[in-house]
Amino acid sequence: MLKYIGKRVLLAIVSILIVSAITFFAMNAIPGGPFNKEKATDPAVQAELESRYNLDKPVTTQYVLYMGNLIHGDWGVSLKSGREIWPDITSKFAVSAKLGISAMIFATIIGIVLGSIAALTRNKWPDRLIVFFTTLGTAMPSFVLATLLLLLFCLELKWIPVYNSSNPNYILPIISLSVYPMAYITRLTKTSMLDALNQDYVRTAKAKGVSRVKLIFVHALRNALIPVITYLGPQIAYILTGSMVVENIFTIGGLGSAFVTSITNRDYTTIMAVTIFLAILMVVANLLTDIAYKFTDPRIDFNN
Amino acid sequence: MSNENLELKKRQILSSQVDLSKFNSKNFEKATDEEKAQQEVMGESTTFFKDGMRRLKKNPLAMGSIVVLALIIAIIIIAPIFVPYSYSDMITVNGVRDKSASNLGMFEYSNAEMKYMESTGESLFPHIFGTDSLGRDYFIRVIYGTRVSLSVGIVAAIMVLIIGLIYGSVSGYFGGKVDMIMMRIVDIIYSLPDMLIIILLSVVLKEVLASKIKGTALAALGPNMISMFFVFGLLYWVTMARLIRGQILTIKNSEYVLAARCIGTKDGRILRRHILPNCLSVIIITTALQVPSAIFTESYLSFLGLGVSAPLTSLGSLANDARGAMQSYPSRLVIPAVIICLIVLALNLLGDGLRDAFDSKLN
Repeated sequence: MLKYIGKRVLLAIVSILIVSAITFFAMNAIPGGPFNKEKATDPAVQAELESRYNLDKPVTTQYVLYMGNLIHGDWGVSLKSGREIWPDITSKFAVSAKLGISAMIFATIIGIVLGSIAALTRNKWPDRLIVFFTTLGTAMPSFVLATLLLLLFCLELKWIPVYNSSNPNYILPIISLSVYPMAYITRLTKTSMLDALNQDYVRTAKAKGVSRVKLIFVHALRNALIPVITYLGPQIAYILTGSMVVENIFTIGGLGSAFVTSITNRDYTTIMAVTIFLAILMVVANLLTDIAYKFTDPRIDFNN
Repeated sequence: MSNENLELKKRQILSSQVDLSKFNSKNFEKATDEEKAQQEVMGESTTFFKDGMRRLKKNPLAMGSIVVLALIIAIIIIAPIFVPYSYSDMITVNGVRDKSASNLGMFEYSNAEMKYMESTGESLFPHIFGTDSLGRDYFIRVIYGTRVSLSVGIVAAIMVLIIGLIYGSVSGYFGGKVDMIMMRIVDIIYSLPDMLIIILLSVVLKEVLASKIKGTALAALGPNMISMFFVFGLLYWVTMARLIRGQILTIKNSEYVLAARCIGTKDGRILRRHILPNCLSVIIITTALQVPSAIFTESYLSFLGLGVSAPLTSLGSLANDARGAMQSYPSRLVIPAVIICLIVLALNLLGDGLRDAFDSKLN
């Protein structure tokens, strides 16, 4: 048990180190430094600047210094705005997290309900309808959905204002972010529910005369949810990367759109900081799901 | 052998004692065609592949997807032959750049084209989807965009297949320490946030490669495309490698592999002739499902402006370009969006159909 958790934590740390190393060395491989301007700087000033920011040291030393600074909360300075990156990341992450978590809750609840309905009405019309929409939902990239929703509800029907910075409307972004995970959760719930309904313990419960509602919600659904739990953790990664596009389309000032803006601006220090931040977030999310999974399902062998 | 001979001899002895008077010529008539037909084996013995194909043919969704995909592929191959416009250049009328041809609606002609048609009497090829803001025929751009998106998907799937196949089979077959180390590497790559790494490497490789490939044949593809393939090859093979390793671990212990090893077959041959053909179903299914996921990723990157370089285009970058004028020209956004959905949907359904047809565990 402890050995398993220790192994997983170690793996997570290695992953974070690798991502940060890839990020750091990749960014350093881009030709041109932050102080290389079109106008030639005085070599003495250039050298002074480089030594102040440790740019004169070998790249590996720079990496170690950078990682040390990260741990101390110093995430560097944006090349474009010249401001500290860390406060920006935290404030923008709050926006993204709000959006992502709402979308995830929405997707999970609707997904589980639809999946259960589909399993219980197997091969009847509600099931077929749900299967049709989930298949469509998994085939549609979120940016397609987001732009089409924007086009339909904001520009054609004019139900929702396009952009309102003081009171942004989260309905469309949440829908566009949640459709893919919702479709996936529906499919997962359906298959695992069908599987659970065929199990011996459900038959026993049925034989004992347990009511249909209790049978489905207490006996079958609880066991059918295990695959859904394992899916949810890594989905945070999807929500955060998916939100890059969605935030960009709906002009929501979250971390995703900040990342995209920093890419188009070639703001390398911000790209680096955001990548490492998101990577840590995703790796930790995966780690927690793995551990939670092992706890929820007693059948899983820790030694394997 | 000796037993049979004995029996034969016995029968011959007996036959000489048979009372032939019991039989007449009727008993020795040739069998009729009908009687012969009864002896024929009706059900032909099926191979694994034929059996799977038979099941696949019964699946209307999968067959429908094949038809849709075949149609799309046929159109993107044939259309550029008879559409007289170029995807990269402005429309020209009589050799002169037609400045009035931008932002045309579906099947509309520009003023210059109308005049030209009136004066000469010949009809010009219609702009089926209209033109874009730079006066380029949108239909041909969509065709080229679909070509790029589909080829990215297919090339990525093939790369993933090759790398995953080699890595997974080596790891699974040799087992032990080799397997342990190889699988830890896979674990680490698997836990990396792929989309982030893809975006990051696309940004970096774009800068690094742009100067290096200038003037070579690769320049036409653009640094973004190359970095995209590079990243697919770097990250996406792990799922395939894991699956194949799992399959090989089970097959490795089967009796026919043991038998092959007993007669001194070399490792490589056992892998190629005995083990891999038995993993074929998993390989086919995973590769089929890899194509839409690569198309998805490519469209994301293109949408973020990290896709193919202009003037070449893909479905994702077409959608991205159309975003600016979404309100005035919604069809330019809707067309590539619908095609992406159609392709991904068809490939997903085909992949599901293949899984149902070929995965022996489900039958």
